[in-house]
Amino acid sequence: MYFESLDELLNMAGHGFYVWSCYGLFVALLGINVWHARWQHLKALKQVKALVRRNP
Amino acid sequence: MKRNIEKEMVFMTQSIWRMPRWFHQMGSPKWFYDFAGILQPWFAVAAFVLLTWGAIWGLAFAPADYQQGNSFRIMYVHVPAAILSQSIFLGMAIAGAIGLIWKMKVAFMVARSCIAIGATFTAIALLTGAIWGKPTWGAYWVWDARLTSTLVLFFLYAGVMALNQAITERQVAGKATAILAIVGTINIPIIKYSVEWWNTLHQSSSFTLTDKPSMPADMYLPLLLTVLGSYCLFALVVLIRTRAQILQTQTSASWLMQHRDITGA
Amino acid sequence: MMRFMWTIIRRDLLLVARQPAEMINPLVFFVLVIALFPLGISPEASLLSQTAAGVIWVAAMLATLLSLELLFKLDHDDGSLEQLLLAPYPSWSLVLAKVFVHWLVSGLPLILISPLIATMLFLPSHAVPALMLSLLIGTPTLSLLGAIGAALVTGVRGGGMLLTLLILPLYVPVIIFGASSVAAAAQGMAIGGYMALLAAMFVFALMITPWAAGAALKL
Repeated sequence: MYFESLDELLNMAGHGFYVWSCYGLFVALLGINVWHARWQHLKALKQVKALVRRNP
Repeated sequence: MKRNIEKEMVFMTQSIWRMPRWFHQMGSPKWFYDFAGILQPWFAVAAFVLLTWGAIWGLAFAPADYQQGNSFRIMYVHVPAAILSQSIFLGMAIAGAIGLIWKMKVAFMVARSCIAIGATFTAIALLTGAIWGKPTWGAYWVWDARLTSTLVLFFLYAGVMALNQAITERQVAGKATAILAIVGTINIPIIKYSVEWWNTLHQSSSFTLTDKPSMPADMYLPLLLTVLGSYCLFALVVLIRTRAQILQTQTSASWLMQHRDITGA
Repeated sequence: MMRFMWTIIRRDLLLVARQPAEMINPLVFFVLVIALFPLGISPEASLLSQTAAGVIWVAAMLATLLSLELLFKLDHDDGSLEQLLLAPYPSWSLVLAKVFVHWLVSGLPLILISPLIATMLFLPSHAVPALMLSLLIGTPTLSLLGAIGAALVTGVRGGGMLLTLLILPLYVPVIIFGASSVAAAAQGMAIGGYMALLAAMFVFALMITPWAAGAALKL
């Protein structure tokens, strides 16, 4: 482990804000993308199921 | 009898490039839906493992850079984003070209799935590049070659996204987006070259954000992990979105009606 | 096929002649935009002469964009575009003919008026030949690249804005080298390399764009 303590890890010798905001952006933006893709799939699935129910 | 050059070119491409059976198989929505469904969880696991492993290694275990200190750790998210932003655009153009040449609907769907994730990676590359610039160069934005050409790439993505949404007929939208993506891809090297050249004209320093060749292994390996993990994440999103589009457009297909996802069997 | 192209050129020129506004507008826009810069920044000669090359090029690009939307729109709206595409001639010849007229109407006047503009922005007079040459090679390239965008957004609502968004990234290299060539000339440096690059881009656009725009029109 490069850092001695959790505090040091968060602070990163003064660069903490920059590093963590970048990683946060990465996770957040990509997470939104994956979630949205999944949501799109589930919505389409629901629509097809509804269609099948109406016309058996 | 007038020669239809375009038809001839398409025919020649199709016959010269004798594609293997699996290629045409992938064009079948049913086959793609099922095959993608099998691959999906694997890519999800791979993406999670690789990204987490790479991030933890890069954040907590890799040694700090001599010049930049700890802010260089941003590299582990910035570089994958930059790499993916460009290769996704290329992939989108290739998928579009395949759709145009072999008239494959699934190819157009794949191309469409790439737009949002590609634009996201480009935005991440831009934002993390700017944030990285502050401790490194003292300013959040500098008109250096890489950031500027990433910005232009973002505009290209925005254009493709806007065109895709503006055209209401799905078929026409797919083809138009494919043409735009191909034209954009051809232009990307030209744009990059001209922006780099413009940059050397106006900038005295030639400090680059990354210093790839001279990195020791324990600095370089986490990067490999995050790049691979990002590719897996991209594959995952494309598979999910393409499957969603298949569901949306193949509502009249009998295979779909009897599929176990629908009947719950 | 040459007769087909010549007919299209004559027809489009005739249409423009009936509505001279179509020809005047880009020109007026060009001069207006140029005039806005000193108003917005500063009328100081030293500052303006430094930025003159870039400002003129950006203004020329904007003026070209303004008239691009109409390239195919008018024909599409009254149905004649469909008929023209059905003609037994390759679609790229139609595109080439229309782009040529577009350049005659929007690009050529800009080139001719550029010495006047150069004076307004205090561009050194020895840079004016370079300015005119760069515009001469560059504006056809802008028209050609713009044709792809115009073809893609034909029939799409709100196409004008979308067109701008689509084409501007493609214009970046042309602007960079066009403006740099004029700036280099202003400083007394050689411009041969820039012109060669601009010419290469023009030839490249000439080869690719009519075909791509033709394919896009048929959608």
